Amino acid sequence: MSKLEKFLRGRLAAAIAAVIIGFAISAVVLAAAGYSPVQAFAQLFRGVFGKPKYMANVFIKATPILLTGVSVAFAFKTGLFNIGAEGQYIVGTVLASIVGIKLHLPMPLQVPIVLAAGILGGAALGAFVGWLKAKFGIHEVITSIMCNWIAFYLCNYVVMSDTFHKPNSNSALPVSSSSYTMILGNWKKSAEGKAFLKGIPWLREIMLKTDLNYGFIIAVLVAIAISIVLTRTKLGYELRAVGFNRDAARFSGISVERNIVLSMLIAGAISGLAGALTITGISPHTITLLAAMESYGFNGMSVAFIAASSPLGCIPSSLLFASLIYGGMSVKAPTEIINIMIGIIVFFTALPGIMPVLANRLAKQRREREAAAAGKEA
Amino acid sequence: MEASPEYAVQMHGILKTFGQFTALDHVDLDVRKQTIHAILGENGAGKTTLMNVLYGLYQADEGDIFMGGQKVSITSPTDAIGMGIGMVHQHFMLVENFTVTENIILGDEVCGSAGILDMGRARQKVMELVDEYGFDVDPDAKIQDITVGMQQRVEILKALYRGAEVLILDEPTAVLTPQEIDKLIEIMHDLIAKGKTIIIITHKLKEIMQSADECSIIRRGVYMGTVDVKHSSETELASKMVGRNVNLTVEKTPAHPGETVLQIRDLTVKDERGIEQVRGLNLDIRSGEIVGIAGIDGNGQQELVDAITNIVRAESGTITINGEQIQNTSPRTTFVKKVATIPSDRHRWGLVLPFSVTENTVLERHADDEFGAGITLDYDTMREYTTQLIKDFDIRPSGCEDERMSGLSGGNQQKAIIARMVTSSPNLLIAFQPTRGLDVGAIEFVHKTLIAERDRGAAILLISFELDEVMDVSDTIAVIYHGQITGTFAQGTVDENQLGLLMAGGEMR
Repeated sequence: MSKLEKFLRGRLAAAIAAVIIGFAISAVVLAAAGYSPVQAFAQLFRGVFGKPKYMANVFIKATPILLTGVSVAFAFKTGLFNIGAEGQYIVGTVLASIVGIKLHLPMPLQVPIVLAAGILGGAALGAFVGWLKAKFGIHEVITSIMCNWIAFYLCNYVVMSDTFHKPNSNSALPVSSSSYTMILGNWKKSAEGKAFLKGIPWLREIMLKTDLNYGFIIAVLVAIAISIVLTRTKLGYELRAVGFNRDAARFSGISVERNIVLSMLIAGAISGLAGALTITGISPHTITLLAAMESYGFNGMSVAFIAASSPLGCIPSSLLFASLIYGGMSVKAPTEIINIMIGIIVFFTALPGIMPVLANRLAKQRREREAAAAGKEA
Repeated sequence: MEASPEYAVQMHGILKTFGQFTALDHVDLDVRKQTIHAILGENGAGKTTLMNVLYGLYQADEGDIFMGGQKVSITSPTDAIGMGIGMVHQHFMLVENFTVTENIILGDEVCGSAGILDMGRARQKVMELVDEYGFDVDPDAKIQDITVGMQQRVEILKALYRGAEVLILDEPTAVLTPQEIDKLIEIMHDLIAKGKTIIIITHKLKEIMQSADECSIIRRGVYMGTVDVKHSSETELASKMVGRNVNLTVEKTPAHPGETVLQIRDLTVKDERGIEQVRGLNLDIRSGEIVGIAGIDGNGQQELVDAITNIVRAESGTITINGEQIQNTSPRTTFVKKVATIPSDRHRWGLVLPFSVTENTVLERHADDEFGAGITLDYDTMREYTTQLIKDFDIRPSGCEDERMSGLSGGNQQKAIIARMVTSSPNLLIAFQPTRGLDVGAIEFVHKTLIAERDRGAAILLISFELDEVMDVSDTIAVIYHGQITGTFAQGTVDENQLGLLMAGGEMR
């Protein structure tokens, strides 16, 4: 086997090669649309790595989709398709906002309570979907899509309600500032902090010009925790057994119904956390009137698929996806073209299965060459 | 052997590899015209792969195929059909809600002008075939309404309709009742008489002895030779196939039954569609005794097992294990009461195929503290435990602890299930079709294990659609018909004909 063949059969290599192919084909599309691919990719690259604050923003953008990605990946590993991450995310933002607006506790109490509210909201919505499936056998995709719209309009209702609406705006009141999760949020705005940051320009840029927050760190910890739960605990074992073979799981005494509800509950909780962290971490620190779905849940599905449903794989894949979205804004071409480009790259990244096929083709060509050479010698 | 017109099909030096794995290592096959040629081999020996090469589903890496002495190149099933090769797969490829005629012409439709389907003419062509070969098939019946045996005849007709001269039958008897098997053998002989050539893939020795002229044996992808069936015996075929001497008779000492372990009274169970399948059934099994249930598939066997294992609810009646009622509890409770079950469909009920062998061996017991304190799962202990089972039950390949269960052969998958069930030292061991799809070597192992469990003192409930198996292994034979036990006999006090009559709903005189 040649080195290239072996390389193509590796999982990591497959992912890398897929990204490269995705870029190559989107280059063709860009060229066909009359834009220089070289320039577009350079702009994309600069849009990600050009300034420290850009990079900080990529991490900020990656936070919610990493979590919704882990949510989708986790559910998928247990045999469920959590298309409802979007709704769970929205409910997470709504509950975190409501609790954050109403409560004014000191930070060490306030932050966990606000986050817990979001987690609870997402978990409840997820568990509801799981319960409908376990009890009545209704497919989770159908109920999830319905729940997405329920969450969507619930959000708009809360935004416009007398209690929470911020007058003359499209948003609800902001949550109390003790709910914020920005890194050194108060210190960086103090005189002392400003004086310190003046000496370090790149840090000053990141700290003062972005909402850099603890969200990404929390999301990474969640990804690691979920990975451990899946592979090293009895709960994860049962969830996966149910996911792979419901009948055999039931036959061996595992409660299938309980595990379906539990799986959707956990998946919902993770998406709900994503919503809560957006409220606590990013201005305007509240929910706004939604005109359309914000796609945090749907992008999470892309993140999960790129990662082949590995919770840990969601970490790099969410960063890649966030880079494309955020860096794409710097490309000087119509948004549609940029979105097509992103789409093509994601499309190929989510198809690592084509790499072994390529490897097989190479192997076949090699055999034919060898056969031809052997024929000549004879 | 030289290529010659005397032979319908010749395959010489066929090499087929899948990655590192050599499925066929320069295999030869020479099938004389107008004969029934059996291909015998254990599961995974390469029988089906060889036939898939002939049918154009796979391309051989090396080797030549000759038909009637002429070298041919077959690169797709379309090529194969064009050359007069037809294949009937083990799992039928029929459209359930189409009629027999529609299924037969599917893909090769009779059309009038402007491409409009001419069903009248199609039906007539099918009728001609049915008459020519004397098949008992109604061309207007829907597939879902006809028996499995008839469905198989439709598959054969499909091949004949496409002009097949050489018919490949892949495990054709696996799904048939004894009567249907006899009928199939009759049909095969008719086809030979009419000039066709038949290749059957099988691992059932009895049927080869009954039907085949010649038998080629493949062992682990290597051609072991061809024997003239008339001058051979089941024992010779078996030892050639497995590579060692196999004991085809079940050896056991008389049973010494003890206390009643399983007691079933007036059990009624409905199937998924709400139809009563078990109708007031009574059954007792004592420790140290094997009770075999003889019956044709669909007489309530599945529902009986489902009710004992608490997969489905019992409508009425009681199931008692050592004096405690367990009906309508949970699968978990059943296991806790020391009832272990070897399920009939191991892929559906017995294994989580994408799990590793290790993860599969702890399936009922993963929650035990033995395999990790609290919520954690201790993979090292699990692996040690699995290594022991692999050794004790000779699960192959050795060192497969971390391999996916789906990578093991059927026989070894079954061994893994049996290992799991037996190590729980059950009071009642239910073995439902425990040798389905297994080769003789594995069957011998399964039967020995059942008898060893009996001798340990377990009560054994053996349910099988193979009458020979029930008669050979059981101490007591019970016949199930229409959801009831219609007769109970001590082993040796009843013969095949009497049982067959009861199984078909007849009365014993």
